[in-house]
Amino acid sequence: MPSVRQIRRRIRSVQNTAKITKAMSMIAASKMRRAQEMALRGRPYAERMQALLADLAAQSQDEEDLHPLLRRREIKKAQIVLITPDRGLTGGLNSNINRRAAQLVLEQKAQNISTNVVAVGRKGRDFMARYGQDMRAVFTNLSDRPVLADTTAASRIVIDDYSQGLVDAVYLVYARFVNTTLQRPVVETLLPIVPAKLEAQSAVGYIYEPTGLQVLAQLLPRFAEMQVYHAVLEAIASEQSARMVAMRSATDNANAMVVDLTLEMNKVRQEGITKELLDIVGGAAAVEG
Amino acid sequence: MATMRLEIVTAERLVYSEEVSSVVAPGFDGELGILPHHAPLLTLLKPGELRIRKDGQETLMAVTGGFMEVFENKVVVLADAAERDSEIDLARAEEALKRAKERIVARGADLNLEHALSSMRRAEARLKVARRRRGTTAGPTRPG
Repeated sequence: MPSVRQIRRRIRSVQNTAKITKAMSMIAASKMRRAQEMALRGRPYAERMQALLADLAAQSQDEEDLHPLLRRREIKKAQIVLITPDRGLTGGLNSNINRRAAQLVLEQKAQNISTNVVAVGRKGRDFMARYGQDMRAVFTNLSDRPVLADTTAASRIVIDDYSQGLVDAVYLVYARFVNTTLQRPVVETLLPIVPAKLEAQSAVGYIYEPTGLQVLAQLLPRFAEMQVYHAVLEAIASEQSARMVAMRSATDNANAMVVDLTLEMNKVRQEGITKELLDIVGGAAAVEG
Repeated sequence: MATMRLEIVTAERLVYSEEVSSVVAPGFDGELGILPHHAPLLTLLKPGELRIRKDGQETLMAVTGGFMEVFENKVVVLADAAERDSEIDLARAEEALKRAKERIVARGADLNLEHALSSMRRAEARLKVARRRRGTTAGPTRPG
């Protein structure tokens, strides 16, 4: 049976932990809000680009002069861009993403497709390295508020590898932000780019300058870069919301523990008092008797 | 007077969204001016300055390449980066230009000439816009 003093010390330590986890959850909440805003602000650019791409892709249907980033080929080697947080304390988020990525690797292997990984984020790198997965590149310590230029180093590698035929398909694996309590690991095909289909009447018929093909050649890599950037923003929002929820429940648990421990402490204290009283009463009776 | 909608967006944010009366943009084959009710157009942009006329006032912006789309009396500039003249840090732009030039002159083994040249052009575009503003206003230079 621990003494009252021991329990009191325990309570204090749990209370301190609760303070820390509460602060962490509040920080995560504000970072999450910012990440959501950033994802939202990037949306007009993404939407316009998607529309232009659809229009341009509708122009050239010829398989021969299709831009390399649009051309499909037989897949022998695939690349996986794995976007994870750098840090833990995010509940089940990290292992969920990594599990999804591992599943993808195994699926590819079953079809005799070898894979390499571009890891963005320490948790994904550690996981893949532990299982001896072939790593193409690693990026860590991305800021909480990345700009497009922060992610282009990663997207350049991907685009170059694909253009040079080193890989035949590129997948993005990251946690999509559904809402505060739900982040879903998703797999998206980054390359080859599949433009959205246009309804026939909505083709605008732009004047292209210099030519449609040249505009397309500039547009496609930027489109891929933007997709990577967007995935990173989603991943950040997911990370922060997962951390916020995990830290909030940690705080709740700590507070529940304080209640239990206080109850136990009072019991021990009362038992002590009862014992002492018995001793005194017993002693007095002995003296009198 | 006829106006059209001008939106300048980058991957990070919506930089500008106003009703304007004309835009002059650094197109791929040279400068091109857009007036209201222009035909649908999609062009590549070079790094350079964007001159916006609104209510008789001219605003300058530095863009570092991208696309411009004109459709249904609306101009959308999808810029890699865009800054208003007042946002440009002159000293930093000068520094960037110097660095880019040095890199090109030094021709190190790992030099990516294309990247170096494009960062030089970007810096030049910024400087041009920033200098022009200072030239016309001739006010005291901003601190910092």
